[in-house]
Amino acid sequence: MPKTIFQKVWDAHVVHEEPGEPALIYIDLHLIHEVTSPQAFEGLRLAGRKVRRPDLTFATMDHNVPTTSRSLPIADPISRQQMDTLTANCREFGITLYDLHSPRQGIVHVIGPELGLTQPGRTIVCGDSHTSTHGAFGALAFGIGTSEVEHVLATQTLPQKRSRNMAIEVTGSLPPGVTAKDVVLAIIGKIGTAGATGYVVEYRGSVIESLTMEGRMTVCNMSIEAGARAGLVSPDDKTFDYIKGRPFAPQGQDWEKALEYWHSLRTDDGAVFDRTVTIEGETLAPHVTWGTNPGHVVPVTGSVPDPDSFDDEIERRAVEQALSYMGLEPNTPMQDLPLDVVFIGSCTNGRIEDLRSAARIAQGYRVKSGVQALVVPGSTAVKEQAEREGLDRVFTDAGFEWRESGCSMCLAMNPDVLQPGQRCASTSNRNFEGRQGKGGRTHLVSPEMAAAAAIEGHLVDVRTWDVKGSI
Amino acid sequence: MEPFVKVQGIVAPLPRANVDTDQIIPKQFLKRIERTGFGEFLFFDWRYLDDGKTPNPEFELNHPGYHSAKILITERNFGCGSSREHAPWALSQYGFRSIIAPSFADIFYNNCFKNGMLPVVLPEKTVEELIRRAEESPGYSLTVDLEVKKVYDQHGWEMSFEVDESRRERLLKGLDDIGISLRYESDITAFEARRPAFLDRQIAQHH
Repeated sequence: MPKTIFQKVWDAHVVHEEPGEPALIYIDLHLIHEVTSPQAFEGLRLAGRKVRRPDLTFATMDHNVPTTSRSLPIADPISRQQMDTLTANCREFGITLYDLHSPRQGIVHVIGPELGLTQPGRTIVCGDSHTSTHGAFGALAFGIGTSEVEHVLATQTLPQKRSRNMAIEVTGSLPPGVTAKDVVLAIIGKIGTAGATGYVVEYRGSVIESLTMEGRMTVCNMSIEAGARAGLVSPDDKTFDYIKGRPFAPQGQDWEKALEYWHSLRTDDGAVFDRTVTIEGETLAPHVTWGTNPGHVVPVTGSVPDPDSFDDEIERRAVEQALSYMGLEPNTPMQDLPLDVVFIGSCTNGRIEDLRSAARIAQGYRVKSGVQALVVPGSTAVKEQAEREGLDRVFTDAGFEWRESGCSMCLAMNPDVLQPGQRCASTSNRNFEGRQGKGGRTHLVSPEMAAAAAIEGHLVDVRTWDVKGSI
Repeated sequence: MEPFVKVQGIVAPLPRANVDTDQIIPKQFLKRIERTGFGEFLFFDWRYLDDGKTPNPEFELNHPGYHSAKILITERNFGCGSSREHAPWALSQYGFRSIIAPSFADIFYNNCFKNGMLPVVLPEKTVEELIRRAEESPGYSLTVDLEVKKVYDQHGWEMSFEVDESRRERLLKGLDDIGISLRYESDITAFEARRPAFLDRQIAQHH
């Protein structure tokens, strides 16, 4: 019987199963960071348990880290304590840690692929909802809570109920200026923030196939914003080319065996999905959010919606609340909104290709006076690569701030925080109330749209941009 | 883990849809390394005025009638967003034992069961009606009974709810999931022995 990649990966990881009980699933790779792990390690200590597979567990620091100079001490004592705790826990339990001073440090979902740890067919978990990013490689990857982090540390397994399986097909091709970010924002706009709850989503179709690995990661990253348990893409030559030669990629004969295995994982022709959603690539435009969840989205040529245009009473109330928080009037064109801050970075759009795309728009221009524009690479390796390519100079010449890597203003746990009332175009993944700082107003966009917005001081349609540079 | 069998208590209404975990416990309170001390920061940005101290009189939970509430009733897709277990910790440490909504986000729903808290899914129309009752008569109370899988009040209203049987069993007895999984340790060891070596050889060489 034909199977989907999700079914194949699932079946290959069942350790134990009995009727009426969740299956016990083996976890191939466990990524941890400073914020959601301390209580899990404490739980292990209290129960006198060990980490079963420290070799399959990798840690880094990302959520809390300052993005100013790494040579300065960390000013916030509580943040520092959390990082020190991770260091002590990794030492005690024998776990590899890429700390603040490691060249391999970075956002956990950026470094996994970068190091070749993220591979097709692996089950990957992390105490972070954007773990779905790794699904771009054909891995089954999902976010878990701290109790589950403890569970994986202790047993290298998780009890899981099998999710349903959804196909989201993006057909045809994308018009110029439309990116992976716009694809995923359009998907969430179409199916809603709970549209994929209970499902593992496989992204398919010619548009998904044509995306680079970075683009596929952007799409899979935001699966959780549609409520999905996980999102993935069947692996192909692009996937294998990306992995080849990376530090943890199989080598020599192992590479040949791995390739054979990975090829076998692709969804079979005729495999059945529980639900299929289709979107035509040609119909897509650059997208931007207007409200307080990622489903509140319109094309950049659109306007702030009128609450009265929503039939559903609960939805209407939510829209009214969102407009009040965002300080917006119905029917205002999105491109008229003045901006205070622009943030380029995060596990959604903080990879090298994202920075190249933004730099291409910024080259030869200046950030609008009064706008603060931050570029925060997703990892130390991305930062070094960008500097080798001279992207840092393009950004700083244009008036952007060039920072050290970390999650930064995506969730504003570190000092990069919006002030109340500030309006921000952001390449991150969540426009929730207060996400980037209490009272801060977030509009989610692609890296290209963010760069153009920084220069004009308001949202603009990047399709009309006059590219001056040569990047 | 504290078992959950039956909880009777005042119902606090929160008539908002898509309440995300950033609202339930804002990021500035995620820096603690303990599992405790989150209750006072629950819904912090909604609960307090800009000074961070004065209770916001507009916020539903600040109404004196709901101060000792044990049951929260709210709208669709509650707990969406971040996987932070600090959200159920904050709700539970504030005093909630059960949350009723038309739907929940996946990770949050899982996290509740790990913390002796029961998320109950009821039809949207029913939830709307219960929210109205709680708003009109603060002090309105419900009983959430996991043994018989029913929610009922003191005036004869009742409704059944569905919950996964293995989850119900674990919650009723307050069982530790890790302990249950470790019963299958020999299966885990056998599975590890079957895993092809080529998958992890680079990792093994690194260590």
